[in-house]
Amino acid sequence: MKKITYSLNYRKPKNQYSDHDELVVCLRYYHSIGNGKYKVTKKSTGIKCKLEDWDTDWHKSNNRHPIKSSDPNYLEKNTLLKNLSVELHSHAKNIKVSNGVLNSKIPEGSLDMKWTNHKNKVRLVSPANKRNIDIIVVGTGLAGGSASATLAEQGYNVKAFCFQDSSRRAHSIAAQGGINAAKNYQGDGDSVHRLFYDTIKGGDYRSREANVYRLAEVSTSIIDQCVAQGVPFAREYGGLLDNRSFGGVLVSRTFYAKGQTGQQLLLGAYSAMNRQIARGKIKMYSRHEMMDIVIIDGKAKGIITRNLVTGEIESHSAHAVVLASGGYGNLFYLSTNAMGSNVSASWKVHKKGAFFANPSFTQIHPTCIPVSGDYQSKLTLMSESLRNDGRIWVPKKLEDAKKIRNNILKPTEIPEDDRDYYLERRYPAFGNLVPRDVASRAAKERCDSGYGVNKTGEAVFLDFSSSIIRYGKEKALVKGLDMNDINLIKSLGEDVIKAKYGNLFQMYEKIVDQDPYKTPMMIYPAVHYTMGGLWVDYNLMTTIPGCYAIGEANFSDHGANRLGASALMQGLADGYFVLPNTINDFLADDIKTGPINNELPEFIQAKKSVEDSIEKLMNINGSKTVDYFHKKLGKIIWNNCGMSRNSVDLKSAIKEIQKLKKQFYSDLLIPGDQFSFNEPLAKALRVADFIELGELFALDALKRNESCGGHFREEYQTKEGEAMRNDKEFTFVSAWEYDKIIENSILHKEKLLFNNVELKNRSYK
Amino acid sequence: MKIWRQKNSKEKGKIVNYEIDEISEDMSFLEMMDVLNEKIVLDGGDPVAFDHDCREGICGSCSMFINGEPHGPDRGVTTCQLHMRKFKDGDTIYIEPFRSRAFPIIKDLVVDRTAFDRIQQAGGYISINTSGNTLDANTIPVEKENADKAFDAATCIGCGACVATCKNSSAMLFVSAKVSQFALLPQGKVEATDRVLNMVKQMDLEGFGNCTNTGACHVECPKGISLDYIAKLNTEYAKASLKK
Repeated sequence: MKKITYSLNYRKPKNQYSDHDELVVCLRYYHSIGNGKYKVTKKSTGIKCKLEDWDTDWHKSNNRHPIKSSDPNYLEKNTLLKNLSVELHSHAKNIKVSNGVLNSKIPEGSLDMKWTNHKNKVRLVSPANKRNIDIIVVGTGLAGGSASATLAEQGYNVKAFCFQDSSRRAHSIAAQGGINAAKNYQGDGDSVHRLFYDTIKGGDYRSREANVYRLAEVSTSIIDQCVAQGVPFAREYGGLLDNRSFGGVLVSRTFYAKGQTGQQLLLGAYSAMNRQIARGKIKMYSRHEMMDIVIIDGKAKGIITRNLVTGEIESHSAHAVVLASGGYGNLFYLSTNAMGSNVSASWKVHKKGAFFANPSFTQIHPTCIPVSGDYQSKLTLMSESLRNDGRIWVPKKLEDAKKIRNNILKPTEIPEDDRDYYLERRYPAFGNLVPRDVASRAAKERCDSGYGVNKTGEAVFLDFSSSIIRYGKEKALVKGLDMNDINLIKSLGEDVIKAKYGNLFQMYEKIVDQDPYKTPMMIYPAVHYTMGGLWVDYNLMTTIPGCYAIGEANFSDHGANRLGASALMQGLADGYFVLPNTINDFLADDIKTGPINNELPEFIQAKKSVEDSIEKLMNINGSKTVDYFHKKLGKIIWNNCGMSRNSVDLKSAIKEIQKLKKQFYSDLLIPGDQFSFNEPLAKALRVADFIELGELFALDALKRNESCGGHFREEYQTKEGEAMRNDKEFTFVSAWEYDKIIENSILHKEKLLFNNVELKNRSYK
Repeated sequence: MKIWRQKNSKEKGKIVNYEIDEISEDMSFLEMMDVLNEKIVLDGGDPVAFDHDCREGICGSCSMFINGEPHGPDRGVTTCQLHMRKFKDGDTIYIEPFRSRAFPIIKDLVVDRTAFDRIQQAGGYISINTSGNTLDANTIPVEKENADKAFDAATCIGCGACVATCKNSSAMLFVSAKVSQFALLPQGKVEATDRVLNMVKQMDLEGFGNCTNTGACHVECPKGISLDYIAKLNTEYAKASLKK
């Protein structure tokens, strides 16, 4: 949406000029800043024109000449103007518009009343009219599944898409530890306000107050809804729901189902979807991947998909498009994401005008199974809930660490006094339950200093032995057994640990081939979640009208660091409770639109460009597989834009990615053809987008000259090595507008206002 | 390795031999397949298609029948969690897709398991709309024992190993897990009758066979879903049939 017009440069009110006055002609460049608003840049041309010779209706004429033939030099002048406008147009993308006003549409009123007021004010759509409105939902994880089900319950016709063979397989299923809710069932002083405050603080004051408060507010309804659906949360002996604690908080507000909370919640949403599929209100398209969005008259009206079995490119129309396509941790190649998790849906929408917010805000999770070799395809998370009972340590002495690395010494042989429980040492108040970013950096710091405990020196211990003894003694006391029998105590304690984390311990044992009940686990940080994502307003709408983003795909609630057990909460909050309220307001305009024809020129053109881009990749016929490029990209990002970043590395990452992109388009090898089941092709299409995102990722990290949450810039740290925020200059959301040359992407800033919390130094000491 | 190759659902398939070396014992089975595919692609061939996604044993995508067993020789794991240390240097490994008439082959080792989704659509849910003002969660206490059993049933990942290993291609373990989960919870009792009848009817329609209590499904189930649930399903079915 870029346009250029001609105008005269009036310097005083128009009625003070006479017809013979000469004025300078200007070019006005309209630069989209989202939400249908523009920023205007004026450029003088130096060409003068008398008022009587100026054609105010120039844009209506065929040749679009602003200067009438009554001017003796009208031909030359008009040609010159035309050339200047063409020239400006080609430079237009380099014009930076800063401080563009992004309208976050935060409702008026006090923080605790905003959501209630807003719900009361949004327009509704009658049940009869909902039947005539279609909504596309891309992705069927917690956010997409819950949104699809709820929208269909309301009466909308939902078309849901996932690339997996069934909607039940989305990667939300792998979430382990739990889901937060301000229920205060434990009576430990929890409240909506405390959950809100913990989340804002945990996000290092880089998220929106109003959104986070709403999240905390609806959190309680999520638990009610899920229990009513039959989600089997863990219970106490009295039959009531059990809770546990997660990082960065001092209360127990996390609901869980062993280490499979995500699975149980997703199956709940899946069952709600199934009920609507059976009613015919959801049409489910599995093994379909979104390839592009279709925009008609500035609004999202459909998507182009690729059938992953037949390779067919299809057009699907709707009155609104909801992206619930998850995060982009696979940019790093190795992450805890599923193999298929990708950024393509979000990136395609970004290329069509949706702003991408805080792309570099990534969560590196502290407790994952370390990398074992080059062949490794993914990393496995060990739930944060383990830090409730596990203590993290490395040897105090360098020589002990060396001996452990060389298998001369066993961790169980190191006496208590020679162990450095570094989290308990550095952060006595929160101990092992500091937020993820803090725990990850602390592990990296110890390993970088030479205390790492596995072959590669990149691992620390997570030790359950003291919990096992503690629980064992408790059990022995209750049962009246011999408190001095150490073997009995251990075995009783192991049973307790098994009941709490059994599946995680089994998973660890299968992968590492060591028994974590007997010897401490080895863990190391790994990429887990992306706080960044598509910019959305309070209604969860992107800068493209009618295009929404929910769950991990948007940026809105976690700031620069997400607290544990908050991703499930946000996915379900967005899908069950927020979007189904806010989307009505937009669709109220569409009650008379009728079905959208998916053969409109915009669809045909979008389909054609998708086919062309696939053709282009297929025809490269190079010598390297797509994994080669993906691994290379992952290394560049991990080494330069990982747990700590600095401007030199970030700049070199940008250059390296640009080089990689060239190589990708000249040396990629995809086997087979595009009209069949072809996984390498599907991967190549995803990696192509990851490469572009990677550059923006590095650029975003480079432009944020502060450390906050998971974004740690080495240049900005305290003497003790803690992150140093710069609230004066960086209390904003970076919302990037796409440019073909990624380095020229335009930065828009959404200023973050904190009226209800005080910006403090985040301390967990 | 002897791997089942089949271009698409229409063409005939066959076993093709592949040799592979330099496999680390810390590799997962699917990482070994990645290495093989990389080699096939660089040699100008068509890589072996297989379903996989989370690679941590929870999404239920992987569907390989390895040496005559779904998910291979290890117990309590999916294919993605199977590690090469379970094999010896020089072993011959047979890899086939999950076999069942109700799981048609899409390509190579990829099968169509949408029959499972259709069974769930027939009744695998509790009819409750999203409103934000359902009862407070703690107003429905659930006996811990039942809650735990419901949870154990609910851990089914819908991979289809039970069907693949069953000589009758029975989906009883899969269906019983969902039926039991809801039958054990107070929330699920209201629709219990219709649920069990409809789900079993859909299971039969999809072409799954009947259960003859051989118990292979429980042995091969990566989540160890108990045969008790099949008994529970039979009880629920009998009760429902009498009611109707």
